[in-house]
Amino acid sequence: MERAHQYALSGYLIALADDELILGHRDSEWTGHAPILEEDIAFANLALDEIGHAKLWYELAADLLGEDKVTYPDKLVYFREPAQFRNMQLVELPKGDWAFSTLRQYLFDAFEALRLEALSQSSYTPLAEIAARIRTEELYHLRHSQAWVPRLGLGTEESHARMQAALDALWPYAQGLAASLPGEQDLHAAGIVPSSAGLFERWSGEVSQFLVEAGLQVELRSPLADIDRNSHSEHLPALIHDLQSVARLDPEATW
Amino acid sequence: MVMLHMHTGVGAGSQRPSEPEIWVALSEVPDPEMPIVNLVELGIVRAAAWEGDVLAVTITPTFAACPAYEVIGSSIRQRLQAAGVPQVEVRVQHSPAWTTEWMTEAARSKLQAAGLAPPPRHQGDLIQVLMEPVACPRCGSHNTTLQNNFGTTPCRMIYTCVDCKEPFEMFKPL
Repeated sequence: MERAHQYALSGYLIALADDELILGHRDSEWTGHAPILEEDIAFANLALDEIGHAKLWYELAADLLGEDKVTYPDKLVYFREPAQFRNMQLVELPKGDWAFSTLRQYLFDAFEALRLEALSQSSYTPLAEIAARIRTEELYHLRHSQAWVPRLGLGTEESHARMQAALDALWPYAQGLAASLPGEQDLHAAGIVPSSAGLFERWSGEVSQFLVEAGLQVELRSPLADIDRNSHSEHLPALIHDLQSVARLDPEATW
Repeated sequence: MVMLHMHTGVGAGSQRPSEPEIWVALSEVPDPEMPIVNLVELGIVRAAAWEGDVLAVTITPTFAACPAYEVIGSSIRQRLQAAGVPQVEVRVQHSPAWTTEWMTEAARSKLQAAGLAPPPRHQGDLIQVLMEPVACPRCGSHNTTLQNNFGTTPCRMIYTCVDCKEPFEMFKPL
């Protein structure tokens, strides 16, 4: 792979990994707090998986940059400033009620399924192989969130109202899925990654239909002004502080 | 249990264990979360090859985020050092990705006997296989319902048997 592509791909992968890390962190906030035991177990597992997937992407980025695969991911996670994270705003929003977290998971999982399908066909084999690995695990995430959306959307008056409120709040942020990742244009031209805009079109059609069938009203809103990955909500710094506080107490500590 | 010569290796010259002895030792390392099965029959140990005086052992974790793989690495090192391997290096390889298709029949039978439904064979079509009924490992009934796509470890999911009323876990097909 060309050097310019290596560098671009490392940035792309760090953004993907940041999405997984931040979503995983939000999911972990349900541990001990989910409405039923099964969902406590489910969200703890989702969190573990997402953070595991983040690690695989960070490691591949480390490889591309000639950095150490063991120490570099920790450096990125624990010692960057909030403004240096490249996750989308959708995943950093506070966990909200359980309808909000479940619906966010569905919106993200459905997009990720399409992206992983495309990445597993990448012309860059190490990327394709890791995407294939993550894809089979993500199948279980989508099965889970897909089961809950209609269950809640068509459930009781309250569950429906909460889901509709969650959708109204999340939908503008979900438009950020259409935005290009760092380095995407060049990498897409080289057949290494898919076009986010292309995936978004498929996602938008499939997801809208699924939500309508789940009794929810999808409003076509204009996207937020700043959906690119360089801008964050006020919620990210608090999350990052929470995530990094132990590591920063003693950066030299060994486990 | 097969006893191997237990010298500590250092300075032992050509006395290092043979390849079959190495695989016997590896097959004595239990999975930390399911000690009834060992790492070789689970398909986690992919290769063991000498590189000079170092034995390089390649493992592929079942799940990307499997929290057990560090324990697995140190168990492998300990067992092989006890078997006379002077230096062991455990390498983690994520691709090709681990699949339940690598699990041996012996491992499946052990899981079944321990009340954990073994992963169904799927030949790559997970969506199809997950729609098929799962047999209760206790009473054998196919009248079972999915309780949760997730379970007590990343590699398990929870079902309930409608006939014997018992909940049980299945090893997720992957």
